[in-house]
Amino acid sequence: MSVADAAIAGPLLLTVKLALLTTFLLLVIALPSAWWLAHSRHRLKPLVQAVIALPIVLPPTVLGFYLMILLGPRGAIGGFWVEFTGETLTFSFAGLVIASCVYSLPFAVQPLQAAFAQAGRRELEAARTLGAGPLDAFFSVALPLAAPGFVTAAVLSFAHTLGEFGVVLMVGGNIPGETRVVSIAIFDHVEAMNYRAAHELAGILLVFAFVVLAAMFTVNRRWGFR
Amino acid sequence: MEAAGAAALEFAYRVDRGGFALDAAATLALSGITGIFGRSGAGKTTLLRCIAGLDRAAEGRLVVGGDTWEDGAERLRLPPDKRAIGYVFQEPRLFPHLDVRQNLEYGIRRRAGAPAVAFDTVVGLLGLAALLDRRPAGLSGGEAQRVAIGRAVLRAPRVLLMDEPVAALDAEHRQEILPFIRRLHTGSGIPVLYVTHSIEELCQLCDQLVLVDAGRVRASGELQPLLARTDLPLLGGEQAGVIIDAAVASADDGDGLAVLEAAAGRLYVPRTAVNGNRARIRVRASDVSLCRQAPGATSILNRLPVTVQKVTEESPHAVLVHLDAAGDTLLARITRRSARELGLAPGAELIAQIKAVSVRPARA
Repeated sequence: MSVADAAIAGPLLLTVKLALLTTFLLLVIALPSAWWLAHSRHRLKPLVQAVIALPIVLPPTVLGFYLMILLGPRGAIGGFWVEFTGETLTFSFAGLVIASCVYSLPFAVQPLQAAFAQAGRRELEAARTLGAGPLDAFFSVALPLAAPGFVTAAVLSFAHTLGEFGVVLMVGGNIPGETRVVSIAIFDHVEAMNYRAAHELAGILLVFAFVVLAAMFTVNRRWGFR
Repeated sequence: MEAAGAAALEFAYRVDRGGFALDAAATLALSGITGIFGRSGAGKTTLLRCIAGLDRAAEGRLVVGGDTWEDGAERLRLPPDKRAIGYVFQEPRLFPHLDVRQNLEYGIRRRAGAPAVAFDTVVGLLGLAALLDRRPAGLSGGEAQRVAIGRAVLRAPRVLLMDEPVAALDAEHRQEILPFIRRLHTGSGIPVLYVTHSIEELCQLCDQLVLVDAGRVRASGELQPLLARTDLPLLGGEQAGVIIDAAVASADDGDGLAVLEAAAGRLYVPRTAVNGNRARIRVRASDVSLCRQAPGATSILNRLPVTVQKVTEESPHAVLVHLDAAGDTLLARITRRSARELGLAPGAELIAQIKAVSVRPARA
């Protein structure tokens, strides 16, 4: 692989790896949270919802700033990580994954929550009267009915992670192979007046994002039961 | 009602939800179709959801066929899936991601006991054969509700709970579903609790009645004698009427009328009101008139000799006359003035006239 190819492929591979891992972790986290949000009438629910929605509203630099402090060697999470693994979280791939999860959390939780809330309560009751226990009803009725929400959550988390910039800059910096994702690399190329490389990366990202979103909307239309 | 032990359903529930309180208890025979009848908001649906275990705010006791499903005193409360019930909601609530066959099979795969009716029998009784491979989204309201009924029955329940299953349908589809429910009950033998606010549906389908008013059970028992109790809410007034069971002597006399042999005599009713060799017809009090002697030429075909049992006040201008027609009870609403001029008193022997076109089929 030539140096020029590595300059393109390196950040791309790192970005895809980060986005895939983040999406997977987010779906695991979002599933129970979205279920709780869709069915709970707890008085703290609005506060939880507000916290989850914060990344939509806050400038990424604000989020990144707090995450940098939290994940730093003297921060609550970062300090614990250093003690546990001997490595720092900031300016590392692991730190980037955690930051991405926080940054994209609402994009995983909200579609799932909407799907659980809208598809199901009535059908779930029917399932219970037909002999399905709570878990059985969840897997045989609630989950399949929420399938379109799952696809949306996964695609949005993935796409949103692809596009993150400010948070990465604050938490991860620009370390090739570790934290140098596509958006950072593009910024770098533009700064260096290397428009050709910037064009290539930006073009790839543009086409990729369009294809993924188009595929999602197609799949969801086909799964639209109602 | 005398029903206890193995063949009874006994419930006592309290639900307090601020503006609405249910405090209902009764013991029902676990057979036939029992109508849970009352106004909208009387607590019928809440009661049914309590029996199904779907109402979390409920406190009470439920014994079905000798098995205790719920007992607040012992902190026993079976979840819905552990109760051998079938539940038909007002809306079909089919699973949209499954086709009709898979919807029907959902409960079969989760049931404990043997089926009361075979899959093919249910499909036949409900006319579902052509729908099996379709998705719920492509079904009409009536079709979807028939699938929902089949799905509940195939769970092999001890009791089938139906919450106004035809209320969301238009009149035409309603009349399409009701005979299916009766046939299904006859074919499966599964007792049914049927919530309704329609006296027509009650008379057409039910054998027993639980009358619910303002969160309480006001009466329960055999439907026929209770219908003659005009002191009960909802059963008096404009709605007052009785049902008469009779053998069909002739399905068509050539004039489009069927001839019935009731205890008190011969009744002519529209041919369309009769299906089979027994008929159950509803005779409203407002469709019955009285005369002292057999009238001469009259357009009214149905004339039965009756004896006055009692006369009850109904409104400033009308009274209800309770009549004995050789064992069958009839009600007649007549004006106070007519009652006085006829000198109506218990024991008086009269002729009751019933307009043939006014009788309604109570059971198809």
